[in-house]
Amino acid sequence: MFINVNINNVIYIIKNKRTNEMNTYSASVKIMLHNGILDVQGKAVENALHSIEFQQINKVRIGKYVELQVSAESQEDAKKIVEDACEKLIANPIIEDYQIRIEEK
Amino acid sequence: MKYGVVVFPGSNCDHDAWWAAKYSAKQQVEFIWHKDNVLPDGLDCVILPGGFSYGDYLRCGSIASHSSIMKEVISFANKGGLVIGICNGFQILIEAELLPGALLRNASLHFVCKDVFLKTMNFSTPFTNKITKDKIIRIPIAHGDGNYFATPELIDELESENSIVFKYCNENGDILESANPNGSLNNIAGIINKRGNVLGMMPHPERYSDIVLGCNDGLNVFESMLNND
Repeated sequence: MFINVNINNVIYIIKNKRTNEMNTYSASVKIMLHNGILDVQGKAVENALHSIEFQQINKVRIGKYVELQVSAESQEDAKKIVEDACEKLIANPIIEDYQIRIEEK
Repeated sequence: MKYGVVVFPGSNCDHDAWWAAKYSAKQQVEFIWHKDNVLPDGLDCVILPGGFSYGDYLRCGSIASHSSIMKEVISFANKGGLVIGICNGFQILIEAELLPGALLRNASLHFVCKDVFLKTMNFSTPFTNKITKDKIIRIPIAHGDGNYFATPELIDELESENSIVFKYCNENGDILESANPNGSLNNIAGIINKRGNVLGMMPHPERYSDIVLGCNDGLNVFESMLNND
């Protein structure tokens, strides 16, 4: 049997399907104060640890951990979106460093 | 002169600021809701009040800085309108990048609520021109995150361009570490932008705007703005 197919339509459908194909990625962001900045919270916890039985613990630093889900076409795109979100809201690049981890759900 | 006081969820000094503008400075004033997309007509000054907008979630002021009214406040500031951010309002101005630097957790880790003495470093701003030269003013602070931080280059720039408007000092005007309530670099209590129309300060001038409150040194800040019409 012979099916009459317009090749342009097929390309259009494939392309369209590709651009609409969104995957869900789970991302986690670890946010820490820049190394040069005194982390007063970390220091207070360190002092409290020393005041009980943990004199062997030092250099305590406290940060934030954020988990989120991203819809994106690819893992690379997902990372770009999360980076953008970190620059604009999730972290404050003036005082904080962030590390992003992404995996497909 | 017409003031507008922005109300964010968690603002708690909005009514004090409104009262100071209305009854102490005796000017027109209205509240502005954070979800609004326009500022009232004929506004001369936007006040971002103190409080705990959005529960101080993520970082103080970070979520409020992205609210819809802030787009309007930013364009108002860019057109030269006066904007003053007090305490949480200062944190919002920094997160909105209308002012440089960052405000970290107080070095003591404590929420500090007390009167402080301020030395005015620049008397030629729209917010300080009514302050008597060399007068040390007394204004209350109440914050947990007021520890001003910036790179050494930025601190030098702020110092050399006279952008530091207020510094914490003792009763005699000496800028000492012992008079610094939160660990701010160079005892910084308030800074102004380059154009000179956006001021951020941790102390609360509205809380000392009427003599019935025990002191009215804060009224100087409100009255200074009247000179700019």
